[in-house]
Amino acid sequence: MQRSQISNLGENVVPEIKFDPELCVTCETIDCLMKCQYVKFAGISDAKAEKSKINAGEESRVLNECLTCYACQEYCPYNNNPFYLLVERQEEKGILPAPKPIIEEQLRMMGPRGRITPQKVRSPVVNMCAFPMLAGCVRGKLFEGASVISGNDMFCNIMWLHFAKNSVIRERVPKMIDNIMSFYLTDSKIDEMVCFHDECYGTYTSVADAFGISVPFKPVHLFDYISGRLDELSDRIKPINTKVAYQRPCSNRLSPETDKMLDDIFRKIGAERVPRKYDRENALCCGGVPRAQQRDELADELVEKNISDMLSTGAKYCVFNCPFCMATLGQEVAEHGLMPILVSDLVLTALGE
Amino acid sequence: MNDFIRQLAEITGPGFVSGEPEERYLYSMDQGTMPPVSPDAVVMPGSTEEVQQIMRLANKHKVPVVPMGGGLVLSGLTRALHGGIILDMKRMNRILKVNPKSRYAVIEGGASEGMLQAYLKKHHPELKHSMPDAPPIATLAGNICIHGSGHLSVLGGFHSDMLTGMEVVLPTGEIVKSGSCSVSTDWFARAPLPDLSGLFLGWSGTTGVVTKLGIRLFPSYAHNDMLIFVCEDADLMPDVISRLTGVQVAEDMTPWMTPKPEWARGFLHINISYGAHSKKELTFKRNLLQASVKKYSDQKIAGFLPMPPPQKSRFLKIPSSDLVTFADLRKGGGFEYVGAIMAIEHFAEAYRAGLNIARTYNVSYSMGARIIGAGHAMMFFYAYAFNRADPEDIKRAQHALEATNTAALEIGGIPWKSELPAQKQIIDKMDPGTFNLMNKIRSVLDPNHIMNPGNWEK
Repeated sequence: MQRSQISNLGENVVPEIKFDPELCVTCETIDCLMKCQYVKFAGISDAKAEKSKINAGEESRVLNECLTCYACQEYCPYNNNPFYLLVERQEEKGILPAPKPIIEEQLRMMGPRGRITPQKVRSPVVNMCAFPMLAGCVRGKLFEGASVISGNDMFCNIMWLHFAKNSVIRERVPKMIDNIMSFYLTDSKIDEMVCFHDECYGTYTSVADAFGISVPFKPVHLFDYISGRLDELSDRIKPINTKVAYQRPCSNRLSPETDKMLDDIFRKIGAERVPRKYDRENALCCGGVPRAQQRDELADELVEKNISDMLSTGAKYCVFNCPFCMATLGQEVAEHGLMPILVSDLVLTALGE
Repeated sequence: MNDFIRQLAEITGPGFVSGEPEERYLYSMDQGTMPPVSPDAVVMPGSTEEVQQIMRLANKHKVPVVPMGGGLVLSGLTRALHGGIILDMKRMNRILKVNPKSRYAVIEGGASEGMLQAYLKKHHPELKHSMPDAPPIATLAGNICIHGSGHLSVLGGFHSDMLTGMEVVLPTGEIVKSGSCSVSTDWFARAPLPDLSGLFLGWSGTTGVVTKLGIRLFPSYAHNDMLIFVCEDADLMPDVISRLTGVQVAEDMTPWMTPKPEWARGFLHINISYGAHSKKELTFKRNLLQASVKKYSDQKIAGFLPMPPPQKSRFLKIPSSDLVTFADLRKGGGFEYVGAIMAIEHFAEAYRAGLNIARTYNVSYSMGARIIGAGHAMMFFYAYAFNRADPEDIKRAQHALEATNTAALEIGGIPWKSELPAQKQIIDKMDPGTFNLMNKIRSVLDPNHIMNPGNWEK
């Protein structure tokens, strides 16, 4: 794997996406497209032709039809960043996955506020990203002694992958990293941070690596943290002996290795992760992003498929790790008799909290 | 006046009349920018008969009478400009009848929006009425008489369009009825009779005192949802509104444009509410709405904001608390808006005029509209918050309001529930024959010119 090029944009030298076109030329499966659950191909040769066009910066129908589910990042056996490249091409060509005013308004809504102040923190530092309303999830023995940081000034900005805005990731992520370091971690002499959401972990690992953004702290995935804590708190665990259906989020595609950690967590708390048709590599989008793309009928279909699938397993809980998935599906799930719950809250239940 | 107050007390009982300075001060103003004017007394009747006696007494002594509901009109219409008494109707707040099959309610003239909403929720959850975005203490009669609008106005038009009949006490003390209730025991419609209700709608309390009224009720749905449409080009708005109303499924549509929060500055939004008896029907209605403006979403120049259900709950609250929040923007409790009724094709012009005025007078603003019927008209509003404790701030807001009234009239709109200066501007532009007829009607109904004098005069 090599960084293919460096382009000079004004004063800033911005690395292009880490990507090796030769790997695609020799690829025999084109898994990135052939496994796609939303864009259909006549066969491998069709997929290969489209992939070649994307790689060459030519027009491809995939650029318009992509749901931006991130899954191709996981499907690619060579870690060749097919999704980041696709988003790059969308932006280059001015292809908007959603109407312009919606993207523009979100850009402002999620922009840095400059309202951050220096704060002494202690380990573990848990980053809640732009979801301060979920800070209450960080509680009990599971997060004993944790410092919580959150707000728009440390928003991971990964959402712009859904909106063909790699440029915003390049512009904002380094600033967010700088904020995290200069306002919290450096003075407190802490060099690691627990990412409560897959989005943040994916940003500071996969995205940062592919975009050439350096990360001066060690990002820790929530599942990694929880799994470790459960080992320390093993005497407190009261197995919940319940079937749970997991709604795997798009951003977990960027760190598929952590899905195994979740299996460990479920095992440790006595939860049975029911085999779903739409879990693991076949996870289906929660339906949130297609609504931004004005594809509500597709979103309805995804919601229906997800819920029918969960109900068919006899699960009691629908477990989320993504707050946006939970906001999108939670009400519907509850109306169908499943209890929507975040992974951390489910674990707290097993710890009797 | 003391003797007059004593005679009022004989009608209502002494606990419901006051000429004390405290009451006179409280009834001298509303929350808007119009300067306070103290009445000589305040009286609260408890029945139509008491209203009748009060009117006879006032007419005999030629004492001005200003009927008042919630007192929330914001444009100073319930100030006693020529002294006299404020006739506060809040004691007459009974809900007299609900007909669930023909879907109407009969209420007294002082019944509030909140009371009817609560009553229906408790006793007839399958029914609702069109709530304005006023505080729930606003009265139904007051809102209907000013041609108000609310959360079912796309479905049912102005609130005055939802009126099915009235009982009114004339300035001379006679009781008159309009609509089916003048012939039948049922209050189902104003048709097919000569529509006398128009003698009391839009007159700012200058023709009589409404003591009872019938209003239309509508189905209250088990499933409710809303969409927010957003675009950047004001020139698109008339066509967008026309398309969205054209599919005839929305209950309410309220465009809004505000510089705060910062992310909203420069964008034009339309909140669209709709309901259904089943989820399937709800989805069908959503699809119709979305399809109606697909032309724009396909071009990626406008579309619907993606909103998970928890984010929508705030927008589904009736009445909306958004204007209340804005009203306190400058602290000090000052808030007024010019609502101008106009055709939807003037949307962009009205919007640009508002931006200009806000810039010129350096005022905190919020603009928006409520769509009436299937795009038949809109109430376009310019809201200005000001600090009541800051005279300069009040003056700025007053100047902005005057300029807004002028702009609305120039565009072809008509200031709604207009304060005194705006009434004069409207009269200046009005067909002289119309104004002459208004005066003739008024002199017939109110020969001694005691009803809210000062209003609708040159």
